[in-house]
Amino acid sequence: MAWFHKAKKPRARSDGRRSHIPEGLWIKCQGCGEVIYRKEVIRRAWICPKCSYHFHLSAAQRLEALLDDGHYDAFDASLASIDPLKFRDKKAYRDRLRDYQSRTGLGDAVICAEARLGGHPIVICAMEYAFMGGSMGSVVGEKITRAAERALAARVPLIVISTSGGARMQEGALSLMQMAKISAALARLHEAGVPFISILADPTTGGVTASYAMLGDVNIAEPGALIGFAGPRVIEQTIHQKLPPGFQRAEFLLEHGMVDMVVDRGTMRKTLIELLELLWFGPRYDEEPVA
Amino acid sequence: MSAAVPFEKPIVELEQKIEELAGLSDPALAEEIARLRGQLVELRRKIYSRLDPWQITQVARHPRRPYTLDYIEGLMEGWQELHGDRRFADDRSLLAGFAFFKGRPVAVIGHQKGRQTRQKIERNFGMPRPEGYRKALRVMQLAEKFGRPIIAFVDTPGAYPGLDAEERGQAEAIATNLREMARLRVPVVVTVTGEGGSGGALAIAVGNRINMLEFAIYSVISPEGCASILWRDAGKAEEMARALKLTARDLKELDVIDEVIEEPPGGAHSDAQSAISGLGQVLERQLGELATLGPEELVEQRYERFRRMGRFSEVL
Repeated sequence: MAWFHKAKKPRARSDGRRSHIPEGLWIKCQGCGEVIYRKEVIRRAWICPKCSYHFHLSAAQRLEALLDDGHYDAFDASLASIDPLKFRDKKAYRDRLRDYQSRTGLGDAVICAEARLGGHPIVICAMEYAFMGGSMGSVVGEKITRAAERALAARVPLIVISTSGGARMQEGALSLMQMAKISAALARLHEAGVPFISILADPTTGGVTASYAMLGDVNIAEPGALIGFAGPRVIEQTIHQKLPPGFQRAEFLLEHGMVDMVVDRGTMRKTLIELLELLWFGPRYDEEPVA
Repeated sequence: MSAAVPFEKPIVELEQKIEELAGLSDPALAEEIARLRGQLVELRRKIYSRLDPWQITQVARHPRRPYTLDYIEGLMEGWQELHGDRRFADDRSLLAGFAFFKGRPVAVIGHQKGRQTRQKIERNFGMPRPEGYRKALRVMQLAEKFGRPIIAFVDTPGAYPGLDAEERGQAEAIATNLREMARLRVPVVVTVTGEGGSGGALAIAVGNRINMLEFAIYSVISPEGCASILWRDAGKAEEMARALKLTARDLKELDVIDEVIEEPPGGAHSDAQSAISGLGQVLERQLGELATLGPEELVEQRYERFRRMGRFSEVL
């Protein structure tokens, strides 16, 4: 029955990375279930033309879409977990890490970089959900802390794009402590009067929400993003009832005063540039405006 | 009384036997009772010297373990509890107020669990809502305003994962505490006395000194939660209790905490009075050490304490 088998293997991406967005000419929207022409989705910055669903993006895709010329200089890219607990569940954490590293081409679940946005220098971090659900262990904690310290030293704005299931269980209390470590670094940035903008993408939950993601001078959510402390399943188990539709979605958080705005991916770059000028790069009240 | 945790069964049985004999008030039995008391001490020591992490988890949650109010009663004088976050409500699962400790005024923050069903419900099983964390921060900032050191007692399964808590910003409340505690210009001494349940514990635990009682636990997630996520099987909790390295000795090893405070043989609940006064001595010494630091140095020392948290390699 050889003629039922494909003669050629499906083509793998040449860079050896696997995107979590399905390949092919057509793509099925996870929001409305429609099958859409892939190029059309890409043209719209990975937003569904039918229902405005925001597809999950890789950290690199986010940075390229947002920054001037799609360019950034990553730092601390070689930081890696050392499996401090020798953690093992169904699989050894060490092996899991290796898998995710080869799958994403990243050392851990965040890219931190220096870049320009609207011509202005910034420090930016983008979390990678495809790397263990964007979970935060020692490496993510250290990298974002260093990013905050770098922003402080250079007195340039810090932007963090979060998408994460929360603290990484496989590093136990060390992961938990990253919440306090990053928040302490943000306290310094706060005292120095340097802006921090937090962008919350789908999903942002647990220890990431309960630390830096909620601490932005401005918190911006992507439309429809799930944002919360406890996950919906845990809450349903606690209160023994179904959650109302839209609960913990970006629009719900806006209504409850937890985020400043819900911004479409298509206008995110423009919004950020305007905010940075309003908060930081524009003249202070005691300075002459530059013509 | 039946044993609250399975491995204490022989201890409870021996206790009951001693009680029975003592109840007979027969002078001829005095020698036998003394012998059994000695045996009891030995038995407690034996069992408690080799607890595994899952057993320690059960001790940390022991229903007779001293709670925050027991420490306040045992160590403080003139306790004045303050109520409410000035925004929404008073959270009864998280206490905040001022008291005298060794003759000096201090602020006290602590989770409070209940013992009987009605108290447990009143205290929401020690799981605060956002208003609890906001109250705690309000009182900590009062402490800063008036130059009072802060003593925090941590004992919670976690922040309350409920619909109302989410609506009112559980995540924001915890996050704000983490940032603001890092800036406090007074000494902050934290002790995990029972359960250090994740973000709900950390939200009052950004201290200059972080202690754990010998049989307390501190973890990013409960062993049961971890088991149900990673294995979809709560039965793996025992194995995950080992894997998570949540005991005081493990966390001292990982430099997450500063001191392991020994409990009486048989655990804090077997001799609450000496457990409480033992902790009191450590707190007094640590407050003395921190009194030599100025406001900026306190903030700096706390920053450095947390800055070095984590283990990683610089090369991939």
